[in-house]
Amino acid sequence: MMQSAIPVAEQPVGRSLARPVYQLRNVSKSYGFGKIRALDPVDLDLRQGSFSSVIGPSGCGKSTLLKIMAGVTPPTTGSVILEGKPVLGARREIGMMYQQATLFPWLTAIDNVLLPISIRDGKAAANDRRSEAQALLELVGLKGFDKVYPRQLSGGMAQRTSICRMLITEPQVLLLDEPFSALDELARDFMNIELQRICLSRNATAFLITHSIPEAVLLSDVVYIMSPRPGKFLEAVPIELPRPRTLEMMTAPEFGDYVRYIRSRLDEGAVTA
Amino acid sequence: MKTVTTDTGPQALGRPITVEPGTFPETIWSEQVAWIDRVPRVVAMAALLFLVLFLWWAVHHFEVVSRIILPSPAEVGRDIVVVGTNILSGGYMLAALWMTTKEVLWGFAFAIAIGFSLGVLVGETSFGERAVLPYLVAIDTMPKVAFAPLFLAWLGFGIASKVALAAFIATFPIVVGTAAGLHAADENARMLFRTLGASRWQTLVRMKIPTGLPQIFTGLKIGAVGVMAGAITAEFLGGGKGFGELIRVAASQLQTPRVFSLILYLSVLGFLLFWSVILIERRLVFWHRSSVTGIDDRR
Repeated sequence: MMQSAIPVAEQPVGRSLARPVYQLRNVSKSYGFGKIRALDPVDLDLRQGSFSSVIGPSGCGKSTLLKIMAGVTPPTTGSVILEGKPVLGARREIGMMYQQATLFPWLTAIDNVLLPISIRDGKAAANDRRSEAQALLELVGLKGFDKVYPRQLSGGMAQRTSICRMLITEPQVLLLDEPFSALDELARDFMNIELQRICLSRNATAFLITHSIPEAVLLSDVVYIMSPRPGKFLEAVPIELPRPRTLEMMTAPEFGDYVRYIRSRLDEGAVTA
Repeated sequence: MKTVTTDTGPQALGRPITVEPGTFPETIWSEQVAWIDRVPRVVAMAALLFLVLFLWWAVHHFEVVSRIILPSPAEVGRDIVVVGTNILSGGYMLAALWMTTKEVLWGFAFAIAIGFSLGVLVGETSFGERAVLPYLVAIDTMPKVAFAPLFLAWLGFGIASKVALAAFIATFPIVVGTAAGLHAADENARMLFRTLGASRWQTLVRMKIPTGLPQIFTGLKIGAVGVMAGAITAEFLGGGKGFGELIRVAASQLQTPRVFSLILYLSVLGFLLFWSVILIERRLVFWHRSSVTGIDDRR
């Protein structure tokens, strides 16, 4: 494979010493024999333990990018390398979360959490990990809810269950597609802090798609700004706020500066496009 | 208007909420529910039944239509007892009822097997959707009862032709329900299964079929009604030893009370079939709203 010979792109991240886990080179997507360009060529390096966000207008190809990274959709050009191996399909290292919790109503909360294990390694393997699933549910504050069906869970509880489902496979990379955008603001803040705690404690690499600039600034080491369709990266904004981040930081003037800067860059992108 | 010079704005933050004391008029009020909506369900049903029976009796009593065409409720009631006695004592009517039951059950079993398989073919494969579905839709628009003489010619006047027509009528709603059910899973659920590396079989059995069970059961319920109609129609046209034949003979002899009571017992059979489908649905689709009553409603 020639791709591995390409040097790692310069990355404006504080934790630049960590090795890159995820590498995208010249990844683009178009439909209808090149007539519709959904995503213009994109290069990206995600380093071990880093948290990156992508922010951009609706329909700029963010979700397409995430699907390509997850190995669900093949790119039209370019290649995706995860842990030194090309992504050519579903990979065990990847955990995903979506805007909807996507719990299955015929399974109890704990069986929903164990679903990835049961799909990949069978029901016996899933049964062996029951106590782990229980511990995960406790970790996100759902102790005693293991035998409850999803219809009895609130939106925030369902989303927390879906975090557990993502974590049960011990993924090294978390791909997050607006995971908390359906929640109210209080629940969302709480979940974001939880997410940071989980990522820091596991040294997981996270890649978040969001529409919320404050959320991106709060969580990320670097925020990628995307242009409208066909999407491409306009800029990578390093966020140099100390870790762990707290909700109080959101009132700090630097925080506001980051938010304002990203907002102005997004507006420019929308005008020039 | 009097301008209030209270300290509003940020300097007022954290102030406790104060409420002006005062007297208030009584403001308790209750929602008005019409008396007819407050009647208990059993009472309402009984009242409606009584009203219909009374109208029936009146039409008969004042001979609005000929008494040969419309027997009195009492005559029908007496005949219900006669037919019931025959059935319970193991008479020829029990044999006829059992024959129709067999036709219905076999017909339903075939309809489920064929309908579900075709539904999976149409709902799961691109070939099925593009090549098979148009033909199914075309056949579905035909009046399926019109095929009855063909089945009689092909399969004779025995039980097979009745089973065939019953299955033929009930298959289509099951195909449609299954195919629609397999499409019911949303994009996120599909994506989740893809990222987990689930096989096509796993995706079908663990996600698409369970998600589609409400639609599949809707198809089964419509099919359960159709299968009765198919069996009875085939008996009307092709004779045999079933309940439909008894009805046809009684009607040709203008024994209208007998026709009414036979229909009543036949509807018990249909009701039992329909309810067994609903009971299975409640077991399997306990997580879905419609499984509470069998109809998609709020309760």
